[in-house]
Amino acid sequence: MMPRNISTAFALLAIVVAQSAVTAQGTPVDRSHAPVLGPPPKISLPPIITRELPNGLKLMIVEQHELPLVDFALVVGSGGTVDPAGKAGVANLTAAMLTEGAAGRSSLEIADQVAYLGIGLGANSSWDASTITLHTPKSQLDSALALFADVALRPSFPTTDFERIRKTRLTDLIQAKDRPTTIAAQAYAAILYGSSHPYGHTLTGNEASIKSLAIDDLTNFYKTHFFPNNSTLIIVGDVNPAAIEQKTARLFGSWQRGTAPSYELEDAPKAGTTTVYLIDKPGAAQSSFRIGNIGVPRSTPDYFALNVMNTILGGSFTSRLNQNLRETHGYTYGARSSFDMRRAAGPFTASAEIVAAKTDSGLVEFLKELNAIRDTVPVTELLKTKRYLQLGQPAEFETTQQIARALVPVALYNLPLDYYNNYVQNIERVTQADVQRVAREYINPGSLAIVIVGDRKSIEPGLKSVNAGPISIRDFSGQPITQQ
Amino acid sequence: MKRLLFVSSYYLIAATVIAGALQAQAVPKIRFEKYTLPNGLEVILHEDHSTPIVAVNTWYHVGSGDEKPGRTGFAHLFEHIMFMGSEHVPVGAFDKQLEAAGGNNNGSTTEDRTEYHELVPSNALALALWLDSDRMGFLLPTMDLPKVDLQRDVVKNERRERVDNVPYGRSDDVILAALYPKGHPYSWPVIGSMADLSAASLDDVRNFFRTYYAPNNATLAIAGDFDPATAKKLVRQYFGDIPRGPAMPPRPKVLPVVLAKDTFLVMEDHVQLPRTFYNWPTVKLFASDDAALDVLAAVLTSGKNSRLYKRLVYDMQVAQNVRASQQSSKLAGYFQIDVTPKPGQSLPAIDKIIHAELTRVMNEPVTARELARVQNSFRASFLNRMTSVENKADILNSYNYLAGTPDYVQQDAARYDRVTRADIQRVARTYLAKPKVVLTVVPEGKRELMLTANGGAQ
Repeated sequence: MMPRNISTAFALLAIVVAQSAVTAQGTPVDRSHAPVLGPPPKISLPPIITRELPNGLKLMIVEQHELPLVDFALVVGSGGTVDPAGKAGVANLTAAMLTEGAAGRSSLEIADQVAYLGIGLGANSSWDASTITLHTPKSQLDSALALFADVALRPSFPTTDFERIRKTRLTDLIQAKDRPTTIAAQAYAAILYGSSHPYGHTLTGNEASIKSLAIDDLTNFYKTHFFPNNSTLIIVGDVNPAAIEQKTARLFGSWQRGTAPSYELEDAPKAGTTTVYLIDKPGAAQSSFRIGNIGVPRSTPDYFALNVMNTILGGSFTSRLNQNLRETHGYTYGARSSFDMRRAAGPFTASAEIVAAKTDSGLVEFLKELNAIRDTVPVTELLKTKRYLQLGQPAEFETTQQIARALVPVALYNLPLDYYNNYVQNIERVTQADVQRVAREYINPGSLAIVIVGDRKSIEPGLKSVNAGPISIRDFSGQPITQQ
Repeated sequence: MKRLLFVSSYYLIAATVIAGALQAQAVPKIRFEKYTLPNGLEVILHEDHSTPIVAVNTWYHVGSGDEKPGRTGFAHLFEHIMFMGSEHVPVGAFDKQLEAAGGNNNGSTTEDRTEYHELVPSNALALALWLDSDRMGFLLPTMDLPKVDLQRDVVKNERRERVDNVPYGRSDDVILAALYPKGHPYSWPVIGSMADLSAASLDDVRNFFRTYYAPNNATLAIAGDFDPATAKKLVRQYFGDIPRGPAMPPRPKVLPVVLAKDTFLVMEDHVQLPRTFYNWPTVKLFASDDAALDVLAAVLTSGKNSRLYKRLVYDMQVAQNVRASQQSSKLAGYFQIDVTPKPGQSLPAIDKIIHAELTRVMNEPVTARELARVQNSFRASFLNRMTSVENKADILNSYNYLAGTPDYVQQDAARYDRVTRADIQRVARTYLAKPKVVLTVVPEGKRELMLTANGGAQ
């Protein structure tokens, strides 16, 4: 079924049908055409209740009573982007240490509580945030929430546990050398952003930074950024909003307000001309591709047009990259593309794992699609994509965990509370011209970084003949190798 | 990525609570209606109107365990071929139609079954049923060798991406062949070998479809926001006229696996650190000791306080990681522990500690707290599996096939409630003191790191 017309209001999206999808009982159904579908269900996303405690902590509460479960996410608005210079990984290690000791509870005692209560408790960091999450059955809510508050507000940063985690992280870095996908992702970031921009590093840090860090670096990061007025607490599930607000106020009310330093990122380096960065992984059965350029920040006014354009290019199973590289040529198990939008411009990346023997042909097809998306997109393809994004919305808001996750960007990037309610209309407004404009603006075949991790000996000759650009041989970190 | 492969067992299941220790959240029943069409298709309906979406989940009761010699990986290759169009659905239309309606779809294959699912807005149930019924009834008229060849290439790339180009990825190839006797349906991996994937022919596709892809070998579960009368009518109209197939060939009969002696194996791989996998034959899914073995695995390696994790990773810090699991499927099961030493640490020394910890769990009961931690976590995980209609449809199909009734979630949870400290001790003694298969994956050229019979390295 392809919708027959475009309309701007969601209510009109539905194609009202008179006849039933099937014939009378007992008659064989006409299989030669897809059934005509009735109007899509109305999307009604649950209302978000917002509150603010006197210390500046913002609350976002969504009731969902289907099962006796509650999800919490404390989103602190500072992440890996503000790792101090030379100390990549500080935010990430700070988050990791929160569950290693808090309020007189040891690492083992916290782990014991988590298992005993049957809850999920975790802390992690992204570029823009440090986030502590809790998933709990309603029956354990009080104990779970008390533990959650201890971990968030009273972490003890025990040195012995830090040393253990440091050792584990250093071994992780050794093991990362076994995984071509990890090598490709890290080298791609380093090549796009260079070593002086935070995005050129990895969130988990590198060998030198992890070795050099002291526990004070973590406690300083915590003291500098973990403030209630730099945070939002998301609560989704089987709760009474007034009661959970009171509980939250009791547990988080004493958290002291402060001022997290504001920051400005230096500009990312200008892109050069298209270059193939080849990283040798002898014997690799596949070549790991990461292709693209620096993209856009989350605040881009082109968000919806980019969403549609990227979905057409590489954002769904029927997207062009996947259809071409997988379903037409069989070069890969899957190809895709994405814009990683952060406070500042994150990368646009097209990627796939391509069978080694087709590395050159795979590159040709990638380049073909990255050029073709700059031409006018046929209206049927545009419509299919818009319907996919619009009509798929309800399935994104089924569980408490999904809803809590969906609210994180609302909290972090100050999106309007009706952001998801307006999503359908905002996608609907995207035109063929918009798609073409953003493709031409943000996908630049003349200045791509093409990172390929694979068996150099067998794939380099083919890559040379594709002649996509000069070939630069790099090490696992994306740095030039002078002696080849 | 789509058309995923689930190489091992079904679900990690869960458990209960010590009375008086913790107020447990009850595991709710999943209400359903089950009936069978005259052609043998089983239908399971579960209404849940909380979100305007419907999950359609079809299980064909055939998996890699039904493959013929020389055709390993075929059941999974066939799963891919099921997306290549059917008589009334041109190639590519399956995915395009679903996406245009706001839906998603995927499939997966195990040793025992092949599963296909769609998740659609509630107005698109008829579309999902039209697509699924057409490939159930009308796959062969438009099937040809180029379609098979294309998915053969995709599946070979799936194997490269998930097995060959992944550190330690080929370990299952070696372990399964050593653990199970030749010809045992679980003695090869679901993904199969490259040579066998190359050998698959169009005739194989036709024969496999005619043998296994019939309504009388399938169960259709629908969960979500639908009107039951409408759903039943749609199911009858789309599936009712698909003819019943021949009776299914009997599944291979298997005897319990008994190893005569320990086997020590080594495999070189592109890895920085070695890793040892210990494997003991145990029992199949839902056998009487299956739940106790799940609990034992968690006691050993789930969480920082678990026996092996605390000793090797937390306290001594000689291992980067250690994992244990009871891998149980429809016909058989095995218990696996794998351990990766930190750089410079000795596998023989780690082996001695593992041996000591296993001896301890055999000789004295675990503490009440250890059991409570595992049982409480398991019980919570049952609830977590019931949050989406997609999961619930799959759970109903899973229990229907493997436990004999869709109505089994509470009984499943109760299995774990019943596990005692004595049970854990008993299953450890019964299964982990017997001969095992030990594989060490070593960095290239470092075969001397392999673990051997005396517990030490060569």
